[in-house]
Parts: sequence; C-alpha cells; structure tokens
Amino acid sequence: MKSSHDKNLTVNISYPMNKHIFSSLSKKFMMALAGLFLLLFLPVHLIINLMLLKSVPEPFNRAAHFMATFPVIKIIEIVLFIAILIHIFWGIFLQIQNWLARPVGYAGGNKSETSFFSRFTIWTGSTILIFLVLHFINFYFIRLGLVPGHPENFYLTAHNLFKIPAYNYIYLVCFVLLGLHLFHAFSSAFRTLGLNHRIWTPVVNVVAWIYAILIPAGFAFISLTLWLFR
Amino acid sequence: MKLTLKIWRQKNAKVKGTFVTYKMDDVAPEMSFLEMLDALNKKLVEEDKDPVAFDHDCREGICGSCGMYINGHPHGPVPAVTTCHLSMRYFKEGETIWIEPWRAKPFPVIKDLIVDRSAFDKIQIAGGFISINAGAAPEANSILAQKKKSDEAFDSSICIGCGACVAACKNASAMLFISAKISQFALLPQGRVEAKERVRAMVEKMDELGFGSCSNTGACEAECPKQIKLTNIARLNREYYKAY
Amino acid sequence: MGKLNSKIPDGPLAQKWTKYKASVKLVNPANKKKLEIIVVGTGLSGAGAASALGELGYSVKNFCYQDSPRRAHSVAAQGGINAAKNYQNDGDSVYRLFYDMIKGGDYRAREANVYRAAEVSNQVIDHFTALGVPFARDYGGTLDTRSFGGVQVSRTFYAKGQTGQQCLLGCYSSLNRQIKKGNVKMFPRREMLDLVVIDGKARGIITRNLLTGEIERHGAHAVVLATGGYGTIYYLSTLAVNSNASAAWKAHKKGAFFANPSFVQIHPTCVPQLNEFQSKLTLMSESLRNDGRVWVPKTKDDTRPANDIPEEERDYFLERRYPTFGNLVPRDVASRAAKERCDAGYGVGETKLAVNLDFSDAINKQGKKAIENKYGNLFEMYKTITGMDPYEEPMRIYPAGHYTMGGLWVDYELMTTIPGLYAIGESNFSDHGANRLGASSLMQAAGDGYFVLPNTISNYLADEIRVPKISTDKPEFAKAEKAAVERINKLMSIKGKQTAASFHKRLGKIMWDYVGMTRNEAGLKKALDMIRELRDEFWKDLNIPGTANELNMELDKAGRVADYFELTQLLITDALNRKESCGAHFREEYQTPDGEALRNDEEFAYVAAWEYIGEGKPHMLHKEELKFEEVEMKVRSYK
Repeated sequence: MKSSHDKNLTVNISYPMNKHIFSSLSKKFMMALAGLFLLLFLPVHLIINLMLLKSVPEPFNRAAHFMATFPVIKIIEIVLFIAILIHIFWGIFLQIQNWLARPVGYAGGNKSETSFFSRFTIWTGSTILIFLVLHFINFYFIRLGLVPGHPENFYLTAHNLFKIPAYNYIYLVCFVLLGLHLFHAFSSAFRTLGLNHRIWTPVVNVVAWIYAILIPAGFAFISLTLWLFR
Repeated sequence: MKLTLKIWRQKNAKVKGTFVTYKMDDVAPEMSFLEMLDALNKKLVEEDKDPVAFDHDCREGICGSCGMYINGHPHGPVPAVTTCHLSMRYFKEGETIWIEPWRAKPFPVIKDLIVDRSAFDKIQIAGGFISINAGAAPEANSILAQKKKSDEAFDSSICIGCGACVAACKNASAMLFISAKISQFALLPQGRVEAKERVRAMVEKMDELGFGSCSNTGACEAECPKQIKLTNIARLNREYYKAY
Repeated sequence: MGKLNSKIPDGPLAQKWTKYKASVKLVNPANKKKLEIIVVGTGLSGAGAASALGELGYSVKNFCYQDSPRRAHSVAAQGGINAAKNYQNDGDSVYRLFYDMIKGGDYRAREANVYRAAEVSNQVIDHFTALGVPFARDYGGTLDTRSFGGVQVSRTFYAKGQTGQQCLLGCYSSLNRQIKKGNVKMFPRREMLDLVVIDGKARGIITRNLLTGEIERHGAHAVVLATGGYGTIYYLSTLAVNSNASAAWKAHKKGAFFANPSFVQIHPTCVPQLNEFQSKLTLMSESLRNDGRVWVPKTKDDTRPANDIPEEERDYFLERRYPTFGNLVPRDVASRAAKERCDAGYGVGETKLAVNLDFSDAINKQGKKAIENKYGNLFEMYKTITGMDPYEEPMRIYPAGHYTMGGLWVDYELMTTIPGLYAIGESNFSDHGANRLGASSLMQAAGDGYFVLPNTISNYLADEIRVPKISTDKPEFAKAEKAAVERINKLMSIKGKQTAASFHKRLGKIMWDYVGMTRNEAGLKKALDMIRELRDEFWKDLNIPGTANELNMELDKAGRVADYFELTQLLITDALNRKESCGAHFREEYQTPDGEALRNDEEFAYVAAWEYIGEGKPHMLHKEELKFEEVEMKVRSYK
C-alpha cells in the first residue's frame, strides 16, 4: 500500500500546477484568449462609431453615455482593460524572450517562407499601442476628467479632431497596421488555443481575412468621411 | 561551376567566429552540398589547413546529423530536403553561397558549422517515451488503433531531430519538434495513458532550455525537411491545456 | 574445435531457449545496481540492450560516436521487420521463419541462434508496438504486413519506407526513459579506441571524446559491443559514412575471434554511383522489387533512352533466369545477376553500371495512386538524388555494399571469446549465415538487445557480484590508454599530403573490384598485395591538420581507415580460405555450369573464426562445425 501511495505523491510533486501557469504555453494561451476578447470588442466599437456619421450628435452621445455608465458594461470594461494589459504584457515579455533565444542572427538573412505579417506582429502591435495612448488622451481621459474636454459630447470632440489632417494621417496609418496585426493574430490565436480542425480551420482563416479587412476599413471610412465630407 | 563560399569559421565555443571566403572552381552540378564541402575540405587538408567541421552521417536524409543554414534557409533553398540531399544543380554559376551554423541560444556553436543539439535529447529524456519495460508488452494486435490516426501518428513521427525548425523560426522555438513527438503518442492509444505527464514534462524542459515561443509564423513547417505540419503545434497546445 | 565452445543448450531445438531461460543463473535485484555494464552503440541492438539492462536495474553506460543516440544507422533501414506472427494466416510460424533464415543464409548459420531469433521476433513486434512505433495498420486497427524478398509468406511489419527510423526512435525513447531514471548514463560523441582486458575478462574501454580529444577510461563488469557492421570497407556503401569497424576490430585484437569476415551482403537496389566525388550510395528499399521489373536491353551498348526500347528488345534477366521467384530472388542472387549483365556490356546509363527497375507495368495495372501509396517517399528520394522521375522512366539501380553477416564470433549467450565481452546485432556473426534475408536485421538486432542479451548476461554477471567497482587506475587501463595515445600520435605525426578519405576511397575501390560480389583466387591475392602497398603509403603520406586535443574529424577518419587496412586483410584471407561459393560469398572457381553458386558442404560447413595472434603474424583459423539437426542441407535454388 505504501508504495502506491508514494507513487502518487511523486507525480504530484513533479508536476505542481503553479509551475505551468507561467509556462510559455500558458502565457501564449492567456495572450490568445485576451486577444480574442479584444476582437469581440472592436465590432462593438465600430458600430457605435458608425453613429458619428449621423448629422445629429444625440444617438452617438447616447450610446457613448450608455457605454460609460451601464453597470454590466462597466464590468466588461474592466475585463477589457485586463485583457489589454495581459495581451501587451505577455506580448512584450515573450518577444523579449524570443529575441534572447537567438543572440546571434544570420548574415545571410532569414528567408524562410512564413505567413508574411507574422514577422511583424510585435511592431504592428507596438504601433497600435501608441495609437491606443493617443486614443485615451483624446477620449477616455476626458471622461475621467484627467484631460479638459466635453465628456458629454464626444460626437463633437470626434468631429473636431477629424477636421485636423494630421490626425487623420495618424489614424489611417494605425488602421492599416491594425489590419496587418489582425491578419495574423486572428487565426494564430485559434492555433495557440489548440483549436484546429480539418473543416473549421480554413473557415476561421477566411473569417480572419474578412475581419482584418472589414474592421479597419470601417474605422477608416468613418474618419475619412468626417474629414472630407463633414 | 564556379562558386564563392562564405563559410562561418569558429575554432571552438570560446573564441569568436567570422566568415571566411573560399573560391570553388570546379563544382559539378551532380554533387551533393556535402560532397561539395568534402571537395573543399580535401583541398584544405592537402594544404595543411583546418578543414570545415560539419556534422553528417547517413547522407541519405534520415539520421538528422547534417544541417547548415544556406543562403537564408536551413538545409538550403530547396524545400523538403536535408543538406546531404541538396544537389548543387540548384545553384547558379558564379553564385555566392552563405553557409552558417544553426543560430539559437540552446544550440551553442561547437566548431564551425557544428552546433550542440543535446537540448533536443534533453527534451525527449524529459518525457518523450511510453513507459513500458521489455517483456511487459501485450500482444501487438490487442492494441487496436484507427488506421487514419495511426497514419497521422506516423506523419508526425518521421521527425529526424535535425533542428531546422529551430534554426528557421525567428523566435528559435522548438515547438514543431516537440509537437511532432507529442502528436505521435497522443494519436496512438498506447500513448494516451501518460499523455498528461508527457506534455507537461516536455514543455517544461523546453522552456527551461531557453527556446523561444511559437508565434505561428509557419517558418518551421516551410523548412522542415520531413514536412512536419503546423497542425501538430495546435495539437500540442490542446494536449497541454488538457493536461492542466 | 579447440577454443570454441558455442554453449548450445541440449534438448530439442524448439525448447532450447525456454529451457535455457529457466535454468540460467540470475542476479539478485539488490546486486544489479552494483554491476556496471558498458554498451557501445545505440542502434536497435545497443539502445535496446542499454534500456533493457537499465530496466532490470543494472548500472549502464552507453556510448555512441554520433551527437545523439537517435542517429545510429539503424535509422536508415527502410523495408521492414520480420516476425512470425502469422497474422495473415498464410502458414507462417517460428519454424518457417527459422527455416527461411537458415536457407537464405545458405546453411552457414548456427541453428540454435537462428531459431531463437525467430522465436523472440514476436516479442519484438509486441514491444515496439507498445513503445508507440507507428507500424502500418489495416482499417480494423490491426497491424498490416507485406511480403519481402526471398520468402513466400507475408510477415514483414513496416512503417512506410522508414521502418528502421521508427523502430530506432522507439529504442531511443525507451533509452531516454532509462536515462531519466538514472539507470543509463549516456556518453555521445565518443569513439571506442580500445578494450581493456583484466585477468582475461573484459573490464572496460578506452574512449576518445570527439569534441575535446580527451582520452577517457571507463570500467565495467561487462562490455557489450553493438557497433554494427563494416560495410564502409568498400568506401561507397549504403552505410552512414562514419560507420566503422574500429570498436569490433580493437576487441578482436584483444582476443575476440572474428567470424566469417568475408560474408558481406551487396544490396541489389541502390542508386548507382553518378560521379567520382560521390560519398555514399543510397539504398532503394528491396520492397520495390515487389512491383518493379528488372531489365537491361537485349543488345549490347544500347544507348537509347529506356522508354524508347520496345518490349521485345528488353531482357528481364531475373525473370528469365529464376522463373519461380523472378524479381523477388534473394539479394545475393539479384546482385550477382545484375553484375553479370553489366560486366557483359548490357548495363544502362552513362557509366553502364546500372540496370533498369521498371514500374510501368505496375502503374498500368494498379494505377499511379496505388504505387504512390506504397513507394511515394522512395520515388521522391530517387528524384531528389538523380533528377529523374521513376513514374515516367525506369529507375536505375546497381548493387552496393550493405550488410556484413560476418562479425565477432559469439556463443549461444552472445558472448565473444573474451569472457565478459558480448557482441550483439550486426556486430556479431551469428544469425544470417552467408546471406541475410530482407527485414531480418532489425528483427535480430532488436531481439538481441531487448530479449536475448538481458537474459544471457546474468549467467556471467551472477559470478561477478563480489567484484567491486572496476577501478580505472589499474595498470591494464594505463597500458591500453598509452597504446591508444601512441597510435594517435603516430597518425598525427605522419604529416604527409593526402587525406584519410582519399585513402579510404582507393581502398574501397580495390575491395569492390576484387573482393566484391564475385571473387577469385588471383584477384584476392592481387588485392592483398595492393592493399599492403596502399597501407604503406597511408602510413607515409597521410595528413591530419590541427591537433589531437580538439575536435578533429580528420583524425577520427584516419583511425578508422587504419583499422580497415587491417580488417581488409583478414577479410581477404577468409575469402581465400573459403573455397566454395555460398550466399554472398561467390568464388568464380566454384560455380555450376549455369553460373549459380556451388557450395561445398563436405569441407566448408563451418564457421571460420579467426584469432589474432600478434602484429604481422597470420591469423589462426578455428572452425566451428555447423551441425544441422533440424534442417537438411539442400541446394539453395530460386529457379
């Protein structure tokens, strides 16, 4: 009896769970999960933004107000922030680890055929991060009262901002980079989560393409319309 | 064929290395890449110079010993071949060829083009096996396995452990290598019994050795001389989360 | 008989092994840990033995020259592994497998050993399957088999054309498990330079660390050689280019008899030599002959492309000469027939040293898809090497050195003539006689390693339990180390002009031309002289750059070639002595009027075990008479 008990004990000691929460695969898992959550957020954001195209500010402001105050949304907002933080933190952490894994590079370059955008996820991601900061300054911090502005009329704020050409340039560049990031990230997240299927994986890949084009294009359409036609 | 070779020369792990240029005047297109290097080495030895050190053994693409990074690709620019099977007819007259060792922290250079790949063995030692003693096996046909799954297991198990996946990956990740072994056992009924312990142990060892993580770029799949598929990595991930 | 005692147990053939196991001395589990065993080599037999001995609880030290045990040359075996499972209900049995091996080996193997190899073959398949080797399966989930050259039953288990790789990785995985448990300590990148014998018993080895040049001493209670064959004696062969005979040869010089060295199998289906720089001949699995038809043009020096030669102008010479077995005749027969045609001027390709292996009939009958399923990876490999597409035009093949049936003499327990020194797998001589049948090398190697040796070694070790850990400070170790260092220094100090490989190449050419598929007395004697001359040149004009205290691959090669210069002489001596044709050994003087091998059972039904008695002295021959109690010696006919 004693020996079988000992056996179980060793198994438990060799594989304590906590060690695995911080394995590279677990980090990737967290990143992918957070990333997929962020993917859900973007269409919602886009739908609300489409209201900016209306000639009256009320629908947009009402929606913005709802998003800012409704309790359930509040909770989701916290989750969203955590997701962003996890995604960014582990993204950078793993990237640094990955760089360390190859201290000496190749003189002849690395010409392996890869999914093209996958090579630049860290850079597209970083640019989006800058964009995010800008976004916060313009809107979120106003809502928090950290930056002066009109928290009750983001419609106006948006319309004013998009009158500035420089803003549009920055936004458009960021939308393109967002698209590139999504191109790879969408299907990559599925593989990282271990979700792979003979039929469904190709479907996911097509959806990823459509999503990566449609979402940034939608945002770009709004900013261009506000800039050129309003 | 005339060729210019730029070969990484490094006397040992302790000293710095550098690229040395060699001119080859009479390379025959039927030569394999290693035979071309044999010719260079013959010349060097006859001049009492240190020949270029590289690992090689079976020279028929199955032992996994050979491996060098040629013109930006592990095992050279031709897909699905090992360096020993890479024919010189794929190179152009007058071409300059860059020849480098695998570059990865867990694969330190030993000499010239030889790297230390014992990290791969360490990962396999951590859990790449089915625990059964000689004599304890049941009658072979008492273990039934679906043909489709068994064939898939075979497709994963043909990895030769050459390290091209790590060399190609921008993150120097060993995920394709590990996932191939995990998949082989995960797909067979006899491998399922200790699937959890296996995947945890192998991933843990992989992390400990300093390999990068997978960002699904697909470089490994593109360069694998045995064309091991990325789907194995998805399976590894799945197996790992199941083992929580 | 003299010094040879094969220790074959009494009783009926079928009960010998069972009886032996039931009466063998055992080692108490508590004592096993204290007993150290060295295993050299990590192929199917070496890794199998190391893991099985580790599982039993012995302290094992395992050595290989490669960077990883997973690269041992068992990895390159393609076609399959035999077992007498009779899953096909086609009349197979242990006895039939045994009989096929005895007959295939042309009655020059020891009955008891062969029967045992056939007996444990079933355990080998069970074990590999349990280890997760993905053998081919049928839709019902059971294991599939195929038929293989030289036999009429379907008993070959396979994993596409990579059976050796899959089996080796199985062994590698079980070895890894023992390494993890601490029962086996792995020493990769080590070359065995000498065997240490103390008071007549094998007690350790001297190795060179190939990375650092360091000379190391390793002591043990027993030493197991699993170092493979010496096919690279021809320079060009199907073996890994670094495969060598040095470990076995060193053991031989320390007192282990070398048996039947002239029995070297030339494999009929290899990619022919394309040019002079070639370093290796790649095997195309024998299974290809199940569907491919071998032919040459009926007219001499026909330079037309194969597809332009009409059917009536083709000579399907195997089908013509051997109507019963046709393209499936055993390897030695197929190789000689191809050589005969090429020597007569009917060869194809630029070198005229090749014959066609044609799949067009099979493709027409079964469809391209079916052929692709069976041989896809082999066809791809052929195309990669030659640039020619076997789906469109016939493959060109030619025989190449492949497997050595000869090796260290061992008794029933696989022990050599040095107590405590064992030889398993290809490195011994015991199971294949004068010719090996396809898919039986993996079977024998794994059987020896996993199931035979672990059972027989205890018989010796049971008397060793009071022997303390072998100290490497003993004078015998110092002496062996000194000799090894001296030889390295001698090689390093030649400082001539030529590379070791260039000598190896010239040596191989002599061997191939005079000691290859067919031999005759004049040629053998000429080869002996030529090799002596070349050896003298070697010791005068070899160059090894660098030093011995670092990674120095030229030095590694030089040591192996130097040993080959010695082994070739014994091989030729053996070939000269055996005045008969049997299996792979074909003496032109001894053939039937229609060119078939003519065996001489009255005078040569024995194993020629050669004893080394000193530098420059001729080897001494010991004969182990072969007694066939179960099978009757017949003319081996495949007509």
